[in-house]
Amino acid sequence: MDFLLDKEHEQIRQLVRDFANREVAPGAAQRDEEEHFDRNIFTKMAELGLTGIPWPEEYGGAGIDYLAYVITIEELSRVDASAGVVLSAHTSLAGWPIYKFGNEAQKQKYLKPMAEGTWMGAYALTEPGSGSDSAGMRTTAVRDGDDYILNGSKVFITNGGEAEVYVVFAVTSPEKKTRGITAFIVEKGTPGFTFGKKEKKMGIRSSTTVELIFDNCRVPVENRLGEEDFGFKIAMMTLDGGRNGIAAQALGIAQGAFEQARDYALQRKQFGKAIADQQAIQFKLADMATKIEASRLLTYQAAWLESHGHPYGQASAMSKVFASDTAMEVTTDAVQVFGGYGFMRDYPVERMMRDAKITQIYEGTNEIQRLVIARSVLTNN
Amino acid sequence: MEFERDTEQKDMQRLVQTFAKEVIAPRAAEIDDTDQFPRDIIRKMGELGLMGLPIPEEWDGVGADFVSYITAIEEISYASATVGVILAVHTSVGSFPILYFGTQEQKEKYLRKLATGEFIGAFALTEANAGSDASSIQTRATRDGDSYILNGAKVFITNGGEADVYCVFAVTNPGRGNRGISAFLVDKDTPGFHVGKKERKMGLNGSATCELLFEDARVPVTSRLGAEGEGFSIAMRLLDGGRIGIAAQALGIARAALDTANQYVRTRKQFGQALFQFQGLQFMLADMATKVEAAKWLVYHAAYLKNKGVECSKEASMAKLFASDTAMQVTTDAVQLLGGYGYIKDFAVERYMRDAKITQIYEGTNQIQRIVIARNLEHR
Repeated sequence: MDFLLDKEHEQIRQLVRDFANREVAPGAAQRDEEEHFDRNIFTKMAELGLTGIPWPEEYGGAGIDYLAYVITIEELSRVDASAGVVLSAHTSLAGWPIYKFGNEAQKQKYLKPMAEGTWMGAYALTEPGSGSDSAGMRTTAVRDGDDYILNGSKVFITNGGEAEVYVVFAVTSPEKKTRGITAFIVEKGTPGFTFGKKEKKMGIRSSTTVELIFDNCRVPVENRLGEEDFGFKIAMMTLDGGRNGIAAQALGIAQGAFEQARDYALQRKQFGKAIADQQAIQFKLADMATKIEASRLLTYQAAWLESHGHPYGQASAMSKVFASDTAMEVTTDAVQVFGGYGFMRDYPVERMMRDAKITQIYEGTNEIQRLVIARSVLTNN
Repeated sequence: MEFERDTEQKDMQRLVQTFAKEVIAPRAAEIDDTDQFPRDIIRKMGELGLMGLPIPEEWDGVGADFVSYITAIEEISYASATVGVILAVHTSVGSFPILYFGTQEQKEKYLRKLATGEFIGAFALTEANAGSDASSIQTRATRDGDSYILNGAKVFITNGGEADVYCVFAVTNPGRGNRGISAFLVDKDTPGFHVGKKERKMGLNGSATCELLFEDARVPVTSRLGAEGEGFSIAMRLLDGGRIGIAAQALGIARAALDTANQYVRTRKQFGQALFQFQGLQFMLADMATKVEAAKWLVYHAAYLKNKGVECSKEASMAKLFASDTAMQVTTDAVQLLGGYGYIKDFAVERYMRDAKITQIYEGTNQIQRIVIARNLEHR
């Protein structure tokens, strides 16, 4: 066992922390206020080599591992959870399935520019009637010569409208239910593919969440990802790793809120002394820090498992549930430590609390994670 | 980072698992029921080397690393928390102080026998009015020529009456507070040293928890551990290791409860289906398993740092706090999942729940752990 980060990972943490403090943190409150997605941040991430961390260099990636990737998401989310989810959706949800299931041509055409950060990725599974239950999917893809024709709509798509590359799931064999779903790579600008409603959200407001509309949208067969009817497996496997990216995002939010609360408690004076000298505040901070440490170990362990080719489905479900529940508790407590100031937009903890909520919901609600864990625990033993 | 045990650590884990399963587990309920100290099991553990696992070979120990030692406590506590605490106290606070602070002569006299299990060790700090506030102890040690004369009483001493050597803390210089406390190694048959009341407890039955009485007990100066006035500092420097040990005990209890509950929900049928098919129960199991996993990594993270010699007070306290709170929650939920059967002694979960409670209390209450953590929040 070895729980210390090696030099390479420490360097990445430092690199991303410096970048996050310098380039991401200063405008985070304003971007949140204005619901403004800033592509420049993504471009700057690309310049640092952060947009394709786990992909091999031949595909434009940094050729490092998933641990480096989750550390990156953690450090970005520590100052701005929106920046974290943009990179997480780009990497885990769009990049990963292309890397894992794409053919050489698809990797060269899509993964490479994504890893280099000239293109951004998105993942389109959810529909109005199909959230946790992918079997309710309505979007169809009908083969027509060398093309598929897509019809239907997707909702809540992170990076929607801004991304150039979309991994889209559609039903090819309706009678086969989840076994009749196929994955496609769809480029922005494809005729028949348009963007609908842009959602107004509680948090992660400087990331976009958009409806996608497919109206007789023609996608060439060479853009099919994997075999026909193999899409559900791709979708589920993608989420297995994706949820650890969300765990990292939640971890970063919690860490950021904790640091804010700790620093505030040390300098805020009431009754003639710092509130950090009150045992009630000390105990709150101790519980926050303990849960964050546990979240970090769970998240890094899941990333370590994936990097070493071990099964990581159960581990990433556990890291996602635990880290996101922790983020919600810690951010709520951080607002409490700040008192009235915590409720005001002058301090970042109210944004962090709003941002934390989504981590319990997306990439599989925590209720779905518990089903995954229970099934795994019940069969492994 | 490396989240897997190395070969040596894996071998040790297998060895202890096998021993715990074959030798300890079949006796656990009986030990609890009769409240009899399991001397025969301790003897066998000595033969296997488990009583001196982290003690260097030059002192007749096995020379295993701290991670292996913590693994042993976890695996033994999985079978019996009682045997787990006997081992943890014997090693973490009964043997380590002599290894760290003892003279050559003291090591020759005590450490070899402790490491082989011929001797059992104990640690006597707590007094009736000095629990979390250990610096307020009243037991006195007065210098008299080549001896100290000890007077006073200690309470809640694990392995009391069963141990052969006790690491006892007493005030040598009342005016100096913390710095007026010294540590002594006291033999069990020292004249003037008696074992008093044996406590009857909620759990950990079969482990002895006793009062120690000192009435003009004469202890030679050569039995003083460390310098005069160094006692409190010695006690404090044992805390991290002790806490990680108790965290491992809690983890073992929690795992045992989780596994028992897991087995039960797969076989028990109600309303025409196995319990595990009910979502409400699946969610309970998922939360239990997730907390156990989180506790595991906090425990081994701290053990790893301790092994490396890295400062780890915060991490040790986090491991102890989280693992013991998890043990309490998981054992309580395990009783709940077994329903009425969980409440009766035919199943082990009622014992797990009783055993879990003390892990939130001893080796520093969880409230003290929170204070330690809060004090160390400057970095990261």
